[in-house]
Amino acid sequence: MKSSRRRFLQIAGISALGLGAKPVYDAFAKEEHGDKPEIQILKNDKALIAKQWAMVIDTRKLESTEALDPIINACHKIHNVPTKLEDKRHEVKWIWEEGYHHAFPGKANRFLDEKVENTPFLVLCNHCENPPCCRACPTGATFKRESDGIVLMDFHRCIGCRFCMAACPFGSRSFNFRDPRPFIEETNKEFPTRMKGVVEKCNFCAERLAIGKMPACVEASNGAIAFGDLYDPESEVRKLLKTNYTIRRKQGLGTEPSVYYIV
Amino acid sequence: MNDKKIIIAGLLVFIAIILFPFWYGLLKAAPAPELKLTEKAKAAKECVRPTEYMKAEHMQLLDEWRHSVVRNAKRVYVNQSGKEFNISLSNTCLDCHSNKADFCDKCHNYASVDPYCWDCHIDNPKEKK
Ligand code: HEC
Ligand code: HEC
Ligand code: HEC
Repeated sequence: MKSSRRRFLQIAGISALGLGAKPVYDAFAKEEHGDKPEIQILKNDKALIAKQWAMVIDTRKLESTEALDPIINACHKIHNVPTKLEDKRHEVKWIWEEGYHHAFPGKANRFLDEKVENTPFLVLCNHCENPPCCRACPTGATFKRESDGIVLMDFHRCIGCRFCMAACPFGSRSFNFRDPRPFIEETNKEFPTRMKGVVEKCNFCAERLAIGKMPACVEASNGAIAFGDLYDPESEVRKLLKTNYTIRRKQGLGTEPSVYYIV
Repeated sequence: MNDKKIIIAGLLVFIAIILFPFWYGLLKAAPAPELKLTEKAKAAKECVRPTEYMKAEHMQLLDEWRHSVVRNAKRVYVNQSGKEFNISLSNTCLDCHSNKADFCDKCHNYASVDPYCWDCHIDNPKEKK
C-alpha cells in the first residue's frame, strides 16, 4: 500500500478520536454498575472530633497519690498495660506519677513553694504538635494523625528499634522487654495486648474517642482533667487556658506539648 | 540391538522415580480441611464479603481494616449489601467465627500459614479466662 500524506492524517485523526473517547466510555461503564451500593468505610456517628486534642490537668484538685491512683488504674486496666512487672527496668506505663522536679526540670527554683514541691503530677504522652518521636521512627509506625493531632502507634509496623524512646524528651514511651501477657492483672478482651519487642504509650484513648467516649483518665478524674479541641475557642480546654495560669513540660524544647497543667 | 527391552524398562523405572513427588502427592495429599461454622455464623449466613472473596482475600480485608482504624479513625465497615460491621478482628471476625481453632487455625495449619496477630489480638474474646 502506498501511503500518502492524506492517508496518514486520516489515520492519525481517527486514532486521536479513539483515545479521546476512552474516558467517556469509562464514565459510562461505571454508571452501569452504579446501582450496587458501594463498599464504604465510615466514622462512627458519635465519634468525637477535633483538630488537635488537648488536655488540661488541674493539679489543685489532685493533691495526693490517693487521688491519682484511680485515674492511673482506669487507664492501665482498659488498655491491658502489664502492671505486675516487678523489675523497674521492664516497667510499662501509659500515665504515671512524677514529682515536680522531674516533671518540670528547669522550672524548679532552689527554694520552692512547699505545696508544689510535694504535689504529685500526672504525666503522660504530651501528644506534641511537633513530635520528635515521629521524626525518629524509621518505619512510620509512630505518627501524628492529621485528623485529630493524636500521636499514635501503629503496633503493626513497630520493629522495636526504640529510636522514638530516645527522641522523646518526656520518657513517655515504654519498651516491652518481655511478653506482657502474664503480667496483665485482668485482661480487657475488647482491646489488644502488645507483644514482646514493641514500644507502647498513651494513645489519648483514640479507640474511645472514635465511639464518642471521653478518655478513661478524664472520666475517672471527677472533673480534675479537662479534654477538648485546642483550636476551638469555645472548647472546655480553651476556656480553662483563658482563665488560669498553666504550664507545660519542657516547653523550651519546642515540641509544643498538648498537655497543660494548672498549678 | 537386543537391549531394547532393558532400556525401555529402565526408562520406565527412571520416569516413575523422577515423577515420585507427583504421584506420591496424588496418593497422600491431605484432604482440604472441613471448616465448622458456629451457630452464630450459620444464622448470619453470609460473611462480611462473599465467601469466594473471603477465601481468597481475607488478609487484604484485614489489612484494609487495620489501616482504616489506626490511621484514619474509621471503624465502621459497610459491605456490598449495606450491612454495617464494627471493624475489629477480635470482636467482629471472632464474634461469628468464635471457633477459631476449628475455623481459622484449621485452614491455616493446612496452608501452613501462621499469622502473628494473636500475640496481641485476643483470640478467645468470648471465653472467661
Ligand atoms: C504488637 C501488637 C499487635 C499485633 C502483633 C497485631 N496487632 Fe492489630 N492492633 C493492635 C492494636 C494495639 C490495635 C489498636 C486497637 C484499637 O485502637 O482499638 C490494633 C488494631 C487492629 C485492627 C483494627 C481494630 C481491631 O480491634 O481489630 C485490625 C483489623 C488489626 N489490628 C489486625 C491485625 C492483624 C490482621 C494482625 C496480624 C497480621 C495484627 N493486627 C497484629 C496490636 C497488634
Ligand atoms: C456475621 C457473621 C460473620 C462475620 C462477622 C465474619 N464472618 Fe466469615 N463467614 C461467615 C459465614 C456465615 C461464612 C460461610 C459462608 C458460606 O458458607 O458461604 C463465612 C466464611 C468465611 C471464610 C471462608 C471460609 C470457607 O468456606 O472457605 C473466611 C476465610 C472468613 N469467613 C473469614 C472471616 C474474617 C477474616 C472475618 C472478619 C473480617 C469474618 N470472617 C467475619 C460469617 C461471618
Ligand atoms: C479457607 C481457608 C482459610 C480460612 C478459613 C482462614 N484463612 Fe486466613 N489465610 C489463609 C491462607 C491460605 C493464607 C495465606 C495467604 C498468603 O500467604 O497469601 C491466610 C492468611 C491470613 C492472614 C495473613 C497472614 C500473614 O502472615 O500475612 C491473616 C491475618 C489471616 N489469614 C486471618 C484469618 C482469620 C482471622 C481467619 C478466621 C476468622 C482466617 N484467616 C480464616 C486461609 C484461610
